[in-house]
Amino acid sequence: MSGATPKSSYWAGFREGLPFLLVVMPFGLLFGVVATEAGFTAVQTMAFSSVVFAGASQFAALQLMVEDAPTLIVLVTALAVNLRMAMYSASLAVWLGDAPLWQRALVAYVNVDQSYAVSINRYEDRPDMTLPNRIAFFFGAVTPVCPMWVVATGLGIWLGDTIPEWMALDFAVPICFLAIMAPMMRTLAHMLAAVTSIVVALVLAGLPFNLGLLAAAVAAMMVGAQVELQMSRRAAA
Amino acid sequence: MTGAYIWGIILALGIGTYLIRFSFLGLIGSKNLPEWVLRHMRYTAVAVLPGLVAPLVLWPAATGGQVDPARLCAALVTFGVGILTRNVIAAIVLGAATLLGMIWLTGSV
Repeated sequence: MSGATPKSSYWAGFREGLPFLLVVMPFGLLFGVVATEAGFTAVQTMAFSSVVFAGASQFAALQLMVEDAPTLIVLVTALAVNLRMAMYSASLAVWLGDAPLWQRALVAYVNVDQSYAVSINRYEDRPDMTLPNRIAFFFGAVTPVCPMWVVATGLGIWLGDTIPEWMALDFAVPICFLAIMAPMMRTLAHMLAAVTSIVVALVLAGLPFNLGLLAAAVAAMMVGAQVELQMSRRAAA
Repeated sequence: MTGAYIWGIILALGIGTYLIRFSFLGLIGSKNLPEWVLRHMRYTAVAVLPGLVAPLVLWPAATGGQVDPARLCAALVTFGVGILTRNVIAAIVLGAATLLGMIWLTGSV
């Protein structure tokens, strides 16, 4: 696109990022409520959302912490949830790899599902975009979403105690996870990986330290990778 | 939960997550990661989340680990709507409505 400036790219990114507020606000709010319910102080909850900055892994960690899981198990499980971001990092590096280190360091901090998805679409649609425009677009896309994640967490802390028992908040976390997971079922490989994860986790539920979940995750990743391999071989044949 | 436990996890998880996000952006030569590693990484999220959720859905703590029709239906509706519409908010709203509706109908929390 000719005539695009970093400024116009920033606002283009901002507009693309705006709709994600609808997803981020309720999640952040819920995290504030659930963490407070679990016994976190307001400072701890706010720190959690701003330091870790990754909703699904925060909920995963919180769930295990409520069950008194050992620190190592909490960390391994929650980091595994975030491992997909290494993929995002790799595919962004193709487009942003030549930017100055401080810019890449900042991009990494706000490299979340939404900003990644919006930006990579834009870069692939318009391969002739200049590097400063790409960077500006990325930061535009995160501007509406990222600060509001922390603000929404704060709102959740504030609302925490006023939520009545009939709202069955205990089930808010499973509902959130299911809603995040559903759109991930993109291919047969994803579905079979998910089924493997469920079956192994249920069968091994009795193992201590949530080791069953780790075994389930490893088995499911192997199934996903194998199915993908078989499908691409079949497609090639 | 002690403060040390909570703060330790916040810090370690924050640093670990940042390093994951920075990994390839930080050391540009990224593209040469072996294909089999990338292939496994594509499935990490779908490998962890379902296994985490399944026991919470089948054996909810709120009912002392007994299968609960309200929570089971809510889970199925959430996931079904999510798959059909690919809309996270619609899935949450309809799932929550199912849960509250069933609790109201059966009169138990």
